[in-house]
Amino acid sequence: MRPGPALEVDRLLDDPRTRIIVCCGSGGVGKTTTAAALGLRAAERGRHVVVLTVDPARRLAQSMGLSSLDNTPRPVPCAAAEAAGGSLHAMMLDMKRTFDEIVEAHSDPDRAAQILANPFYQSLSSSFAGTQEYMAMEKLGQLRRADEWDLIVVDTPPSRSALDFLDAPQRLGRFLDGRLIRLLTAPTKAGGRAYLKFVTAGFTMVTGVITKVIGAQMLRDVQTFIAAFDTMFGGFRERADDTYRLLQAPGTAFLVIATPEPDALREASYFVDRLSSDQMPLAGLIVNRVHRSPAAHLSAARSLAAAEVLQPVPGSGENPSDLGENGHGNGNGLPVPEAGPPDLRGMPAAAATMSRHPLTATALRLHAERMQLAERERRLEESFSAAHPVIPMAEVLAQPEDVHDLDGLRSVGKELARGVRLS
Amino acid sequence: MWWPGDDSLLRVRPRDTDWEGVRLHVVTGKGGTGKTTVAGALAIALAAGGRRVLLMEVEGRQGIARLFDSPPLPYAERRVAVAPATPTLPGGEVYALAADPEAALVEYLEMFYNLRHAGTALTRLGVVDFATTIAPGLRDVLLTGKAVEATRRRSGGRLYYDAVIMDAPPTGRIGKFLNVATEVSGLAKMGPVRGHADTVQSVIKSPQTAVHFVTVLEEMPVQETLDGVAELRGLAQGGLQLGGIMINMVRPVDLTEEQLQAAAGGTLDEHELDTGLKAAGIEDRRGLAASLAAELTEHAREELAQRAQRTRVAEAGQPCYDLPLITDQMDLAGLYRLAAALREQGAA
Ligand SMILES: Nc1ncnc2c1ncn2[C@@H]1O[C@H](COP(=O)(O)OP(=O)(O)OP(=O)(O)O)[C@@H](O)[C@H]1O
Ligand SMILES: Nc1ncnc2c1ncn2[C@@H]1O[C@H](COP(=O)(O)OP(=O)(O)OP(=O)(O)O)[C@@H](O)[C@H]1O
Ligand SMILES: [Mg+2]
Ligand SMILES: [Mg+2]
Repeated sequence: MRPGPALEVDRLLDDPRTRIIVCCGSGGVGKTTTAAALGLRAAERGRHVVVLTVDPARRLAQSMGLSSLDNTPRPVPCAAAEAAGGSLHAMMLDMKRTFDEIVEAHSDPDRAAQILANPFYQSLSSSFAGTQEYMAMEKLGQLRRADEWDLIVVDTPPSRSALDFLDAPQRLGRFLDGRLIRLLTAPTKAGGRAYLKFVTAGFTMVTGVITKVIGAQMLRDVQTFIAAFDTMFGGFRERADDTYRLLQAPGTAFLVIATPEPDALREASYFVDRLSSDQMPLAGLIVNRVHRSPAAHLSAARSLAAAEVLQPVPGSGENPSDLGENGHGNGNGLPVPEAGPPDLRGMPAAAATMSRHPLTATALRLHAERMQLAERERRLEESFSAAHPVIPMAEVLAQPEDVHDLDGLRSVGKELARGVRLS
Repeated sequence: MWWPGDDSLLRVRPRDTDWEGVRLHVVTGKGGTGKTTVAGALAIALAAGGRRVLLMEVEGRQGIARLFDSPPLPYAERRVAVAPATPTLPGGEVYALAADPEAALVEYLEMFYNLRHAGTALTRLGVVDFATTIAPGLRDVLLTGKAVEATRRRSGGRLYYDAVIMDAPPTGRIGKFLNVATEVSGLAKMGPVRGHADTVQSVIKSPQTAVHFVTVLEEMPVQETLDGVAELRGLAQGGLQLGGIMINMVRPVDLTEEQLQAAAGGTLDEHELDTGLKAAGIEDRRGLAASLAAELTEHAREELAQRAQRTRVAEAGQPCYDLPLITDQMDLAGLYRLAAALREQGAA
């Protein structure tokens, strides 16, 4: 099977027309790490970059000088960037702060204070599903309008599905601008009455029940909030639509991140399809945390056989943890766990004493395991590129430790830019 | 279980379990660390010995159906697995329920307001969605309420389920999720919702309930676990009981301590490796010993990084359990292995 074309990361970063790079993907695949690595690399190649991170790992944030959540870009000291005539800023998204700022920017101080104190607003701005995505888009819009940077690299919020980044803002907008919320919260307003003509008597009863269940106070809070917000600007949905269009503009490039695992690649696949149906520019897929072996010519099977020569596996044949596809289960549906202790290959220390070359035997077994993992990963990647043959791809090797400093980011950046797919 | 500082990972223990008396097991953790899988394994482990347990999910994602490779679950309790019988003990049964707030609200309205047909109308109009969206506390109390109902359900004079295991929301939302009475206090000062919330709270903040955390040995999941534990401790004056920390996807240590240190430091004896390769009959050995040494070095560094995370996990001061990484396809057999590991260590 032919692998997909190589993703040319440096070309993307160097092209002055690239103004926004959005890193998307399902939870935990490496969006934040990739965004930071790309930002650093671009800065060190002479661009003026701001990286908008969402919820970065603590040590990574510290290494970029982001010790406080102050919701504004901070310079990241980086000599290499300066030498190249570039610069790097980074910030962490604070969704509540961003929301508060919108309120403050669009209303007089009294009105703003009233909204900020509203209990419904408080829960909306701090814990509403979708608010983080909405505010990430808002912040992106703000950074773009500030026009102080020539490249904005955007990380996206941790959510199960990559699609949430695209959908959540509009869902929130639809909800807040929705018919029902208006009907239930403003039954005396003209619009409300107009709707009421169409509703059945049963509905009035239902409204009563809802009021009982949610409580009159909560409904009043929602009502005050909506009324206060309405006068501020044309509504949430419109605002969400505006930022959405920014993502379709030329100069925006989406990078989809996935780990070489079935779930993550399936998500990536959905996302890629969605981008193309929404005419959003996809730059490529980054497969993060792949495993490869520097001794790829020694196959798993041969490596295992060699290990076996040096050190026969105690009780081999029964041990289900043996590598390979040897079956669990017993053919009748419900497999039964072993009676003994669970899979304990933590025993080789004892077994090793009986072997002639314990270290080599262990090395060969680990090598076989890695080769099998690499093979599984490659098959998954191949089926992705079979389904999406024209999508450029890049791979980043799994690092033995967390990526938590600029050097770590630099080496991830280097791998991103390697362009050719590793084999 | 191992307590932080205890170096025997698997200590043989008498057959009483660490969570005797707990009937509602809440399983949380960072997204993707294995909450659903571990909740499923815990359910199987708890069912062993002729017991009946309910495994419940609350996020409408059909994670349990996927786990047991069964068709999507309806809002109804279905048997999804049996726990294996042992020579001395009969097998048990695992029931599953995919709870969702809409169905729970409709059920609730029927129960308290006698609105039999309102359910469909409410759903059609999007009212349920609306109500649970503007008042997340309402959604949570309905879901935890369902778990509490199952926990307390009786039939023929005895408890219907021996245990209820909840595949709960992730760490970031668990505090709010469990703190129901406070979360709905803004909603209703009296009436059925309030009364309901108080009942739910009294069960959740009682020794009958324990909150377990699932983590893997990586920085962020461990950090979230520590933050989550701290948050729940803050809520614990009311009696919320912290459970175990399930360390998931643990890889076996393949190297002796000495080898590990040498490998991590890059001072492995390549000549020794090469001699071994020769003894194993490998002919083309050019560069092989160096490559294998490099692989060992990475492996050792990963292991040491995980060890450092383990030390951090210990800061939580809760009992810990190790669950092995299943290296081939995670299937039912794998799940049963995880269940066995939980039983071995006394979690169930
Ligand atoms: N190539 C890599 N090798 C090793 N570790 C990595 C690699 N990429 C990312 N990581 C680690 O994986 C963890 C998750 O990465 P990251 O935070 O970037 O993911 P994310 O997609 O932003 O997650 P979330 O969805 O939670 O926001 C971090 O601890 C990071 O250090
Ligand atoms: N011990 C294990 N060994 C190998 N794979 C595992 C193990 N535990 C879980 N997994 C795999 O990890 C992935 C995530 O597990 P799972 O769905 O249980 O996590 P989760 O925390 O419920 O995720 P989410 O936050 O999306 O609900 C699944 O593919 C699962 O099969
Ligand atoms: Mg992130
Ligand atoms: Mg899950």
